[in-house]
Amino acid sequence: MADLAAHGVHPPGFAHQFEDMEQQRDAGSLGMWVFLVTEIMFFGGLFASYIIYRALDLRAFETGSRLLDIRFGAANTAVLIGSSLTMALAIRSAQVGKPKSQIIFYLIMTMILGALFLGLKFTFEWRHDYVEHLVPGFGFAYKGPFAHGVELFFCFYFFMTGLHALHMIVGLGILTVLTIMASRGRFTEQYYAPLEISGLYWHFVDIVWIFLFPLLYLIGGRYVLGGN
Amino acid sequence: MSTAVIDALPEASAQPSRVNYLNASYGIRSWLLTTDHKRIALLYLSSITLMFFVGGAFAVLMRLHLIQPQGALVEPDTYNKLFTLHGVIMIFFFLIPSIPATLGNFLVPMMVGARDLAFPRLNLLSWYIYAIGAIFTLYATISGGVDTGWTFYPPYSSTFSHTQVVPVALGVFITGFSSILTGLNFVVTIHKMRAPGLTWFRLPLFIWAIYATSIIMILGTPVVAITIFLLGLERLLHVGIFDPKIGGDPVLFQHLFWFYSHPAVYIMILPGLGVMSELVTCFSRKRIFGYSFVAFSSMAIAVISFLVWGHHMFVTGQSVYAGLIFSVLSFLVAIPSAVKVFNWTATLYKGSISYQAPMLYALGFIGLFTMGGLTGLFLASLATDVHLNGTYFIVAHFHYIMVGGAVMAYLGGIHFWWPKITGRMYPDGWARFAALVIFVGFNLTFFPQFIIGYLGMPRRYAVYPPEFQVLNVMSSAGASILGVGYLIPLIYLIWSMRYGPAAGPNPWQAKGLEWETPSPPPTENFEEIPVVTEEAYDYAAPHTGVARG
Repeated sequence: MADLAAHGVHPPGFAHQFEDMEQQRDAGSLGMWVFLVTEIMFFGGLFASYIIYRALDLRAFETGSRLLDIRFGAANTAVLIGSSLTMALAIRSAQVGKPKSQIIFYLIMTMILGALFLGLKFTFEWRHDYVEHLVPGFGFAYKGPFAHGVELFFCFYFFMTGLHALHMIVGLGILTVLTIMASRGRFTEQYYAPLEISGLYWHFVDIVWIFLFPLLYLIGGRYVLGGN
Repeated sequence: MSTAVIDALPEASAQPSRVNYLNASYGIRSWLLTTDHKRIALLYLSSITLMFFVGGAFAVLMRLHLIQPQGALVEPDTYNKLFTLHGVIMIFFFLIPSIPATLGNFLVPMMVGARDLAFPRLNLLSWYIYAIGAIFTLYATISGGVDTGWTFYPPYSSTFSHTQVVPVALGVFITGFSSILTGLNFVVTIHKMRAPGLTWFRLPLFIWAIYATSIIMILGTPVVAITIFLLGLERLLHVGIFDPKIGGDPVLFQHLFWFYSHPAVYIMILPGLGVMSELVTCFSRKRIFGYSFVAFSSMAIAVISFLVWGHHMFVTGQSVYAGLIFSVLSFLVAIPSAVKVFNWTATLYKGSISYQAPMLYALGFIGLFTMGGLTGLFLASLATDVHLNGTYFIVAHFHYIMVGGAVMAYLGGIHFWWPKITGRMYPDGWARFAALVIFVGFNLTFFPQFIIGYLGMPRRYAVYPPEFQVLNVMSSAGASILGVGYLIPLIYLIWSMRYGPAAGPNPWQAKGLEWETPSPPPTENFEEIPVVTEEAYDYAAPHTGVARG
């Protein structure tokens, strides 16, 4: 503790193991990028398996893809991109020293959009799939052509979107913490690293969806908007 | 007693009641809530030591059982659980965290001249995650065990095994995050927190090795995490992507599993290679031969290790062309490992070698690691692998690397930095004796296994034909010597914490920033952040090139 005094006055949020604020911000940012690399590998295993199986059993995967409702996927894509925008605006507000009410507004907007995404996903899409007996392990009873391969497709569908939804839920938790921090006036023009770093995470989760959407919904092909 | 130790004594006793990281605060809370990397290293040290002896106990039971051809001790089903739990505990709960989480945690900030790791609270969290994973696995052990082998291959693990697969898999899954977070912390610390003047090519080679290890942890562990997660779901829901009933492929599991688990072999051995570079230079009092070759060989191992997983699947029915490529790449990864061995030997050449306990482990390492590495080439060759795959030859090979390599380096490192960690010396005579016992016991245990394996005895069997009994008894005898060898350091190291003579800041006259601090170091390591003005291992220079800035 005596050591801290030797370094003079510290800005708020400064951790003792660093030499200065810049080093701390660099370290935090690099840490999040490295974490995102681990996340890419985490999803990567699933993506790679999906692509391999899709190539092996293309007809079944296309059939499965056509059983998904593209309208929900598209709406959710828009919602998520919107949430990335509000997240970026929240960071920008802190960066240029806007009042904390504005930061809080954008953070809450981000949370609302995130919650909307999950709401659409769970209460409409997944419930619909459950009613249609498309959930492997929970009364899967698809009787059309390629029934086995379609079941495999839906295994992937639920693993991948479920894992993504889990990340969204974690993200909502992080946003809650950020909102509390913002309401206590913790963020200034000099210190907004937590916002920036959490923003990286939020955008990453967004980008995962940007890959999931075409892989699961679109490349089945031959859709007619409004039902098929 | 070495002269170095005696020299250091008066100096140390002159500073009796200095505040250091061990006596800065007391009580169980001050340990369980600490964010000091040195204390977290000790938390890890105690937990992995516990796991080491638990895993060791399973090995003892196995070797006792194999004294007789029809099996002397347990039912075949129990034997399956013994080798599985031995593997799971030793790999995921001892070897992977061994050097990185103990010596790495303790030394990385000190060697780079920082007050702590970049994320101290994350570091503590990683220990808790490790502990929770370990508790799951120990719970599964007590509540019936698991018999799938540490590799958890489906469909046996997902469909047919009647043992506690899910709790063990969950334990492994959870503990994986501990190693991810440790790796992340090291990478950021090494990138962002080096002291002024400490350029990449002035870093100790231990740091290079830990950096390479961290990269593997970061890139590999998430893949095995998701794979084991999928396996657990498949077992619970009775449907999943490895399920052949719906067109899934169990071989895909093997691909994903080995994509991590082969690099994981290097998570276990690379930090040991880093420790070796420190020991060899210090005890031959010479600069390392070919610094940049040793540094880059660590990175080369990290990169190539991700491209060789298929050599675990030569007989799984993968395409012969894939087999060819994987074979060539596996030969390739032997090159950087060999570079290191050559460079250590070249460092020894014309050095002033002293044979203190850490050096005995280091010399043992060179021989055993070389044997383990060369026998690995037998297994990387497609044709010989068909004969040797699934036999005791493999068991012997990877124990030469994992025990003869990684554990020897771990013990060498513990003996080398013990005076820094505790501020106390251990009895040197006992330490040398233990190193010798371990070396002899190890070879007696595992060398016969090369022969039995070559003669065709399969691994993971509870019974064997009577003609293999002599060699099996030799192996079991060796295992008992090895067991004693591991208990001796446990006793005298614990003894030394209370009764050992004070060590002084630098009992080995070693180079490196960690030796610039008092032993044990103060909580924030350095009074002032040092400025580095010289290369690593400059044993030719009379004084260390650290300016006080």
